[in-house]
Amino acid sequence: MDSIYGDFFRRLARNKLAMVGLSVVVILCLVAIFADRLAPYSPTMIDTSKILVEPSWEHPMGTDILGRDVLSRIIHGAGVSLSVGFVAVGISTLIGVVLGAVAGYYSGMVDRVIMRFVDIMLCFPTFFLILAVIAFLQPSIWNIMIVIGVTSWMNVTRLVRAEFLSLRERDFVLAAISQGASDLRVIFAHILPNAMAPVLVAATLGVAAAVLVESSLSFLGLGVQPPNPSWGNMLTEGKDNIEIAWWLSLFPGLAIFITVMGYNLLGEGIRDILDPRLRQ
Amino acid sequence: MGPYILKRIFLMIPVLLGITILSFGVMKLAPGDPTSILTDLNPNMNKEAVERIRAHYGLDQPSYVQYFKWLKNMLVLDFGRSFASDNRPVIDKIVERIPITLLINVLSMILILMVAIPLGVMSAVKQNSLFDKGTTVFVFIGFAIPTFWLALLLMILFGVKLDWLPISGFRSLDYPSLSFFEKIFDVSKHLILPIFVSAFGGLAGMSRYMRSNMLEVIRQDYITTARAKGLDERTVIFKHALRNALLPVITLLGLSVPGLIGGSVIFETIFAIPGMGQLFYQAVMMRDYPTVMGILVIGAVLTLLGNLLADVMYSWADPRIRVSG
Repeated sequence: MDSIYGDFFRRLARNKLAMVGLSVVVILCLVAIFADRLAPYSPTMIDTSKILVEPSWEHPMGTDILGRDVLSRIIHGAGVSLSVGFVAVGISTLIGVVLGAVAGYYSGMVDRVIMRFVDIMLCFPTFFLILAVIAFLQPSIWNIMIVIGVTSWMNVTRLVRAEFLSLRERDFVLAAISQGASDLRVIFAHILPNAMAPVLVAATLGVAAAVLVESSLSFLGLGVQPPNPSWGNMLTEGKDNIEIAWWLSLFPGLAIFITVMGYNLLGEGIRDILDPRLRQ
Repeated sequence: MGPYILKRIFLMIPVLLGITILSFGVMKLAPGDPTSILTDLNPNMNKEAVERIRAHYGLDQPSYVQYFKWLKNMLVLDFGRSFASDNRPVIDKIVERIPITLLINVLSMILILMVAIPLGVMSAVKQNSLFDKGTTVFVFIGFAIPTFWLALLLMILFGVKLDWLPISGFRSLDYPSLSFFEKIFDVSKHLILPIFVSAFGGLAGMSRYMRSNMLEVIRQDYITTARAKGLDERTVIFKHALRNALLPVITLLGLSVPGLIGGSVIFETIFAIPGMGQLFYQAVMMRDYPTVMGILVIGAVLTLLGNLLADVMYSWADPRIRVSG
């Protein structure tokens, strides 16, 4: 097993784009963890003498309508984006793996019901569904994580199901079954570890998608609520002051862009490494 | 072909029922019930009055009874009346908003196809060339850029700095006084940015998809055959390969309907375009439950129809489907 993982990391280290992505992700995590030490100012400190100051040495990304330092707010916003991304993807991956494994392993009626449910979920414009649920609940960071998680598991379900359908017939699985291993053991100990490659790719790309959805929700005023900084709600201020302060629109969006790009590059890199058809 | 379509429509029925059950479930998530918005803030409400209102809306009955009532009303497109101050039937509010949303989505789909297909084909034919690498960079940017940020940047550039294009609404204030051609010009000027923004993300996805389809097809035996019998490269690429690589695009178009409809919330809100997305956003912000539910169901049904249309087109284009499927 070790050699397989060792091989994976060696390939990863050789993939330039994946390494760029990985570095972005690692740096972002560090920024989020050490936000308090890195930020030059307090993200919520109002300074009425410095309203809408253009980017300068003192405030590299300028200040907002309440005189708060934009750079400090962006640094503090990193934690929001990353935690929403991780938790939402954790939820969707868990749901997707369990449903996909059950559907693919048992097939028959259970499979038909689950896949029909997937079809139904895919009919809803996801963003409509998320907004509708948020409308009925209160917008808070926890609700957003949960709502994004429970509306984005369908892709993983399909992937895992497809893997299970083909792996179920393989000799090592039949061997495990004939030795009397329980269903749970066969599913989780024998098949699942072999089906994780596409899940890993989907999860990495899923974090990027979740970051985008969270920022869109916060931008629309249905996500993280001010005065807590999130990149999305900072862009709302950018839009409100679009005629006078371009820096309020530029920098928070750039942060989202770089984050999403990082996860996408990493995800694509992992896909290249794990997809045997692309190996030469 | 006829039986195939009928079969597809028949298969849609359980999915449609599922859509309504799920939407109803979402509505039931609300803490308290939908009437609380009418009753909680009204000091004149006593317990009896609240009960009367609940009975009036049928909320004193068990959930499944409420569901079937709601379903029955929906079959005749009765989604109830909006909680907004205009108190109009929800269906009227939605129907007057659908055309503009569909117009923008159809135009952006056309833009996506017109740009993405040549882009994808070219980068597949010239795999690993500078052009191909440039396209890949563009694709990654397209995937990662938040739509609303792109919209803001373009508004700053073309609206504020250069002052070439209007940044909100879909017609000018003096619209009624304009001549026919001026009207068309006016609306197009307003729609350039929204259409570009809504197409941008899809553009990346589609050109990437087109590229991998094309690469797949070029490796097939019949392409080798075509080359072997001495056809020139143009005929091989555009006649033999392209046609087969285009087939899956039909399915992808069908699949991209929910994304486009969902995305309309964002760009219609940013550009202040009075479409279905903006209506949905307003309804969500003021907890106008009947409108939210109506748009949720209609959005899902539109998606279902989009998929059906894609399936029908696919079976029309590819005879193998209608024989075996």
